[in-house]
Amino acid sequence: MREELTGVIPGWETVIGLEVHAELATATKLFSGAPNRFGGEPNTNVDPVSLGLPGSLPVLNEQAVELAIRVGLALNCRVQPSVFARKNYFYPDMPKDFQISQYDLPINEEGWLELPDGRRIGIERAHLEEDTGKSTHVGGGGRIHEAGYSLVDYNRAGVPLIEIVGAPDLRSPEDARAYVGELRSILVAIGASDGKMEEGSMRVDCNVSVRPIGQAEFGTRCEIKNINSLRSLGRAITYEAQRQVDLLASGEAVEQQTRHWDEDEGRTHKLRSKEEAFDYRYFPEPDLVPVDPSEEWITEIRDALPMLPRERRHRLAEVANVETASVVLTVERGMDDLAFEAIAAGGDAGRVIVHVENNLADGAGALDAESFATLVAMEVRGDLTATQAKTVLAALVAEGGDPAEVAASMGFEAMDTEELEALVERLIDEYAEDWAAFIAGDDKERKKKSGFFVGQVMKATNGQADGRIVNEIMSRLALD
Amino acid sequence: MTLSTAQGIASAVRSGERTAREVLEDYLAAVDGREHEVHAFNLVLADEARVAADAVDSAIDAGTNPGPLAGVPVALKDNLCTRGVPTTCGSKILDGWRPPYDATVVGRLAAAGAVVVGKTNLDEFAMGSSTENSAFGVTRNPLDPAKVPGGSSGGSAAAVAAGFVPVSLGSDTGGSIRQPAALCGVVGVKPTYGAVSRYGLVAFASSLDQIGPFSLTVADSALMLEVIGGHDPRDSTSIPGRTPDLVAELDRGIDGMRIGIIEELSGDGLEGIAGDVRARLGEAGLALEAAGATVETTSVPSTVYGLSAYYVIAPAEASSNLARYDGVRFGLRIDAPNAGEMNTATRTAGFGDEVKRRIMLGTYALSAGYYDAYYGKSQKVRTLIVRDFARAYEEFDLLVSPTAPTTAFAIGEKATDPMTMYLNDVCTIPSNLAGHPAISVPFGVGDDGMPVGVQILAPATDEAKMFRAAAVLEAVAPEGHPLVGGGLP
Repeated sequence: MREELTGVIPGWETVIGLEVHAELATATKLFSGAPNRFGGEPNTNVDPVSLGLPGSLPVLNEQAVELAIRVGLALNCRVQPSVFARKNYFYPDMPKDFQISQYDLPINEEGWLELPDGRRIGIERAHLEEDTGKSTHVGGGGRIHEAGYSLVDYNRAGVPLIEIVGAPDLRSPEDARAYVGELRSILVAIGASDGKMEEGSMRVDCNVSVRPIGQAEFGTRCEIKNINSLRSLGRAITYEAQRQVDLLASGEAVEQQTRHWDEDEGRTHKLRSKEEAFDYRYFPEPDLVPVDPSEEWITEIRDALPMLPRERRHRLAEVANVETASVVLTVERGMDDLAFEAIAAGGDAGRVIVHVENNLADGAGALDAESFATLVAMEVRGDLTATQAKTVLAALVAEGGDPAEVAASMGFEAMDTEELEALVERLIDEYAEDWAAFIAGDDKERKKKSGFFVGQVMKATNGQADGRIVNEIMSRLALD
Repeated sequence: MTLSTAQGIASAVRSGERTAREVLEDYLAAVDGREHEVHAFNLVLADEARVAADAVDSAIDAGTNPGPLAGVPVALKDNLCTRGVPTTCGSKILDGWRPPYDATVVGRLAAAGAVVVGKTNLDEFAMGSSTENSAFGVTRNPLDPAKVPGGSSGGSAAAVAAGFVPVSLGSDTGGSIRQPAALCGVVGVKPTYGAVSRYGLVAFASSLDQIGPFSLTVADSALMLEVIGGHDPRDSTSIPGRTPDLVAELDRGIDGMRIGIIEELSGDGLEGIAGDVRARLGEAGLALEAAGATVETTSVPSTVYGLSAYYVIAPAEASSNLARYDGVRFGLRIDAPNAGEMNTATRTAGFGDEVKRRIMLGTYALSAGYYDAYYGKSQKVRTLIVRDFARAYEEFDLLVSPTAPTTAFAIGEKATDPMTMYLNDVCTIPSNLAGHPAISVPFGVGDDGMPVGVQILAPATDEAKMFRAAAVLEAVAPEGHPLVGGGLP
């Protein structure tokens, strides 16, 4: 059976390297003053340069260089003097029939990114290049060669991209997703990109190879294109790794290919082999001069960088005394400051983190740090059960207010333990058979019956009882 | 100053002695008289020119100064973008395209009061040395219609020589201004790379292309360069700052200057430089000496490799620059069942043989496995040439050579042999590879009575000195061709 969920194939190791293209959040295009804006009527965000009209010349956008440097610094790269090059190939959505990119001298080289679990993934380079337009092929199944006609929208042509080439350090679909998620958080945090995969402002190409566990050399890789979501990324890797393992297991070789991910069919198709690969005839772009950012400028950009997700995770994890992996969502949602303040205001760190990670997916709304701390204190004291605390929290997010008053208005009052014990005893009489099963049963049965009794208690108390205390009472009574 | 120079016209128009409209009508009459024979223009813009001339006259009536080129008719090589006006590059592939913008130089000419009379013929995409490679027919040398005007800016050179305009603009990638200037007996200048904005010049080879003027006098070229030069933020390779004063420096002479005659390009080191051309160059050397300069022969060894390096670098860049003519967005489209076939059909029908030849050469030179041997090596030659020039300029202020190996040759004579044609640019190419300025000044005639040009080369941004020497040569030059500027009323 295929291990669809984990992508782990016994005896084999999957090796993954990702190339991520992110659109930089500049006001204008990489080489002209045309607006860099998503949407809009086709062919309205254009000018002679972004249409590649004869006689037009590119002029480098300083803001794009600044954002590229931010990315380089955030990914711990060496920021260096760089040169633009022309990548030549014919395609209707590329106005000049060449793309201005960076080739042998990229602006950023040799960095790393830390996954939430602490592993460092190598970054080979992060270079600047221009985006292409968008083709729509009408008829013939949407493919260019069979289409009845094609429409091209050049609004995206010339939009600045940063292409981030990761090292083949990833080993599973989960790794790949974690990497892209972390990269996205970094790009958003430093204001370099909006990171929206669904709008195409962040796109992922994926190199996959497999090798028997223990083998030092990499296997032959295939590059997968057309991955449009994190979900597709995981599925595509799982499919492709299995395809390669099946080939190798049946004695065939993996051919180096570029393959296309088909989301509907859930499989990859061959686009072209290594022999059919384009010869891009790179050469230095003669219309642009080398980019040589000064040390002062780089320092200025470095000093202005906000704290990155990695540092924020470490900072919060340390204060909360938890693993960095348990504060990933908190940081991703930008709620680490709230968590900090709530902890500083006396809130129990563990409970604060649990609430942010699990109960504040849609934002903190009207909740402030002080009330948050107060609420958590009530919960820890036992004034509120976990369930009640969650309900009050939701109300605080929606409306704000004083936690004690909100809890009172909902009728949540701490139940007396004696009162609760009396109730449990009554229920034991009422459901004697279940109680016997609880006492005599194995762990599984015991669990089941304790769930039953807690449910009955909740029913009788309109959910005001603390399930944890009910369990304690039952354990004690069972020993009597 | 005469009324056939830009300086003379501008001064007469500014003073009210003549109106811009009168000047224009005289030149349009000259065009009417001989254009059918010369074919300097792809497009004459008589109506638009009249509107522009009248605007200059109104400005003067209103008491404002229209600028240093007030009422001066100019012609533009048809690879310079003009808003709303067809810009063909001498190619069928741009059929029907009207640029939505003006080249920077076109805007600067207009702002200086110049009046654009038309777009001049050229070798397709500026690839050629005879203006025989245009999709719109051959341009003839107005001094002898059986002969070529040179190229690729043959139309702009012929227009000035024929007296259709006092000044014009061309582009020079490997000699495309200087060589036709020499063959037509007029002045032609390739400025320092970056001295003039390339924005709106349809690219042939981006690292070599420069726009420059043609004129009857050295002073007019200096004036034109002052107007069109200076920094342009739309061209990243544009040199910061404004153009240095050129006209004001012209009369300072060359007393004490050290001038070197480049051995490798002057006949002793290079076969194919005709005897009459060598003789004129020798006389020019003596004339410069007589004017107070020290003149001696010197070696710039790597210049002999310039031609070979050029015919790798220029086609390589061209193969990329000309990729955009694919039938998708503008110009010619030959319909076909799918996009790829449409590209091929369009380019097959739209480009002429010479353009195709260079696209193939350049594509090959950039291909995987050949890049280092061709493009890489050529760039090294380029570096050597820059180094050799730098060495020469430690000893000399200026260098001189012939502009072209021969006087104008017959139409058809070299058209079938690309290598012979390419040799025409052997003396001019090194300046493009180095990015240095050079000027061709008419200096007498050859045995056939056709003009000879002497080329003066200068270090980057040293145009002022170059123009001073050119002015000296102009002043002492032997009698030129009697018909130069002869179409004038």
